Amino acid sequence: MGLYALWEREFKVYLREHSRIISSAISPILWLFVFGTGMGSEFNVGNINYQAYIFPGIIAMTMIFSSVFYGASIVWDKRLDFLKEVLVAPISRATAFMGKVLGGATDGIIQATIIIILSPIFGIPFGLDFFLVYLFLFMLVVGLTSIGLIIGSFMESPEGFGLISGFVTFPLFFFSGALFPLSNLPAWLSAVTLANPVTYGVDALRGLMLGVYRFGLFADLLVLGSFALVLVYCGTLAIRRMRL
Amino acid sequence: MNDLHVYSFNNSRAIIRFENRDRCLSVRGRIRLSGLAPKLIPVSVEEEVVPQQGVVVIENLSKIYNRDVRAVDGISFAISEGEIFGLLGPNGAGKTTTLHILATLLKPTAGTAKIDGYEVGRQPSKVRKRIGIVFQEPSSDELLTGYENLKLHAFMYGVPSEIRKDRIDEALNLADLTGRKDDLVKHYSGGMRRRLEIARGLLHRPRVLFLDEPTLGLDPQTREHIWDYIERLVVELKISVILTTHYMDEADRLCDRIAIIDHGKIVALDTPENLKRALGGDVIRLQMSSPNLSAVDVLPYIRKVDVHDRLVSLTVLDASSHIQEILAVIGKVDTVELRPPSLSDVFLHYTGREYREQEMVKKEW
Repeated sequence: MGLYALWEREFKVYLREHSRIISSAISPILWLFVFGTGMGSEFNVGNINYQAYIFPGIIAMTMIFSSVFYGASIVWDKRLDFLKEVLVAPISRATAFMGKVLGGATDGIIQATIIIILSPIFGIPFGLDFFLVYLFLFMLVVGLTSIGLIIGSFMESPEGFGLISGFVTFPLFFFSGALFPLSNLPAWLSAVTLANPVTYGVDALRGLMLGVYRFGLFADLLVLGSFALVLVYCGTLAIRRMRL
Repeated sequence: MNDLHVYSFNNSRAIIRFENRDRCLSVRGRIRLSGLAPKLIPVSVEEEVVPQQGVVVIENLSKIYNRDVRAVDGISFAISEGEIFGLLGPNGAGKTTTLHILATLLKPTAGTAKIDGYEVGRQPSKVRKRIGIVFQEPSSDELLTGYENLKLHAFMYGVPSEIRKDRIDEALNLADLTGRKDDLVKHYSGGMRRRLEIARGLLHRPRVLFLDEPTLGLDPQTREHIWDYIERLVVELKISVILTTHYMDEADRLCDRIAIIDHGKIVALDTPENLKRALGGDVIRLQMSSPNLSAVDVLPYIRKVDVHDRLVSLTVLDASSHIQEILAVIGKVDTVELRPPSLSDVFLHYTGREYREQEMVKKEW
């Protein structure tokens, strides 16, 4: 089946770029253990240690950066004209897009898993309901990868992509409640965080891992789920519009 | 590619039509219900041979950008099975754009293009199954092996799993890459990549193979190998090939017919021999600074005179008998060359431009 083959290709290419896998694990570890420990020694959020508080946020951060940057791969595919080969094949644009999304999703989820596995070393207390956590991780990563791929479909060069995606990733991260609680915020800040789909992902992860919810699991599921679906749809349109 | 249609008139009579690309068999008869299964009692059988317009039929195809730029301007031609058809022309002439339209990567602004009866604008996925294309720029994934690239292609084109492995092995064999199949394409040479991509384009047994500058940037030996390879393919697989090129020797060697394209229009279309013969004579080329053109024009056997910078090109009937007289009247000559017409001369004749091959090399493989 075309979709499987495309995913397989993304995965093989990912594995062969060893450097990426390692470097992508370093940044979240630094955030978590340096920033988290530093702040955690001073602050608690409610009765939760700060380091534990930001843990789900750091996972989301990893997803944001790796997924959106996955979109750069489409710029490379364009450069290599490998994309032409895919577009000329009798597979639907939707299949072609989903192949890349699933590739990016695999990348993101592997990284999240690395962090989750490493964390007990540093003694962060959290609960893990595998199915639900991974469901939310999946929805988050699908939506974010789609954003990255859509940006990538408009860019001609990797540098251009880096610039634009920077404008997108930082707000997504900082306005998501990853680093600070969402209550008692000034109106403008509150509005932005509520409009950010990642906020709901972080909330869900925090809720599942630490038991602290702001919006409730069901609301999070609804928002994140629709976010993922809408973005995949937009992605299919973006690929169709792509000029070669 | 076989279609079965059942048409029934009323409850007791029907026609069953069985169509493939060449023939249409109609069985007319009466329906009788015996038990639970209806039976057709044949009354008459008819066979028609469907007239073949051609595997590729293009009518008035145009691609216009921004209302002004006519990349492709009303071209028409038809190609039959087993034919190698060449599109010859300088860069910007519209060759690659035409190819991209036929490959369903671009939508035409006007006109129709049909591959095996299917219109490229309206039924792109049916067209895609029936074509293979080898782009000018390399389009394999460098981080996959040769084998993996072929496998991905086989999956995307729905090659049935039972024959997939055989087809891939066959393709590797044809491309002479069986020994290197597990190496990353990153480590292949330009010629190897090109052979891989041509073999890949055929994996799903298309009816038409598009080759965009197949030997661009390759050394002479590899070019020769690839030409042999293409000729063999056409004979063995009975496919049609459309190739774009700016190499005269390639067009001359491979193509059954050539269309010369300039500024989006076809300015000439015929077999290479006819095109050359149409020039009406041999060519004498002279490098000189001040040709005495009035003296030359008067000579009765001079068919055509072209002057471009310091190059005077004369098309002369029976040039070898007349060269002495020409040299006597034309003036002081630096160098002179006499030969039968080549495609470069044909090109010059139809487009009014000298063809400089070195300028045309774009990307290297």
